[in-house]
Amino acid sequence: MALIDLKKKEIYCKIVYYGPGRSGKTTNLLYIYNALPDKFKGKLLTIETKGERTLFFDLLPLSLGKIKDLDIRLQLYTVPGQALYKPARKIVLKGADGVVFVADSLRIRREKNKESLADLREHLLEWQMDIHEIPLVFQYNKRDLEKMGIPILSIEELQEDLNKDLKAPYFEAVAPKGIGVFETLKTISKMSVRYIAQKYLK
Amino acid sequence: MGVLILTPEKVARLEKLLHDYLIAIGVNLALLIDEAGNILVSVGQNEEVDVTSLAALAAANFGATNQIAKLLGEDDFSILYHKGKKDNIHLSKIGEDVILVTVFTDEVPLGLVRLKASQVAKEIQAL
Repeated sequence: MALIDLKKKEIYCKIVYYGPGRSGKTTNLLYIYNALPDKFKGKLLTIETKGERTLFFDLLPLSLGKIKDLDIRLQLYTVPGQALYKPARKIVLKGADGVVFVADSLRIRREKNKESLADLREHLLEWQMDIHEIPLVFQYNKRDLEKMGIPILSIEELQEDLNKDLKAPYFEAVAPKGIGVFETLKTISKMSVRYIAQKYLK
Repeated sequence: MGVLILTPEKVARLEKLLHDYLIAIGVNLALLIDEAGNILVSVGQNEEVDVTSLAALAAANFGATNQIAKLLGEDDFSILYHKGKKDNIHLSKIGEDVILVTVFTDEVPLGLVRLKASQVAKEIQAL
């Protein structure tokens, strides 16, 4: 649920990075955090993790520009990707105004991407949201692995698997190098703010 | 899913309620947050506390505890209380979507906080 505070003249927008385990959701947040100057970003919150997994969520507050005279505050969240953490994912998804689905381009992760998308669809429904309605952007991550000779899925295959009926915007990415990271963020934030503004104006 | 709009008048009224009921009895910090982790209103001393993180974690904590409640066959746990060496935190649900977070030291009796929290909850719901 978006929040518009007319006293502070701020509009809050929650964006959730979703996707299978180890697809690079936290890496996206880390890159954004490291690349932005202090005045745009808040503290990066990560809940104690075991190894490289996210246990509950990461949170990065950002302030990016204005619409009319309202400051836009984005709250970027990630979810734990592993199947095991299903209840935690559901909690984090509550009140989301936009979703980035970070898919793993590795060929062996093909089924995990599909499972995770089905899981997203199901959780959104539990919060009375329709995956076709909420702003959604796909990010096909780890595109650089091809050069190392690791079998990856082609863009056509990923589109066919995940985005065939959703027809959401998508970006190719190499999250640790920042390729595609800001393009994804820019698009989802634009879509989400427009989505909130439309609801608000109604 | 809707959009929650806070007008300056509404914020002022909520701030006054939190002041009158909670800050007046010695609570250090009182926040109203929604279940998505957004801060609606915050009053009290909050210079040292990162309230954005506090709100996100409190909302997540509430959500996680609700899942535990469901495992046990309860609908939800409407009150959570965490005790520290010096500071304590009390979380209570107001209506469907709002959580009241209060932070206070041992000098303030828990019973008083609970009483005031439930009184202010009624007033807030009436708004």
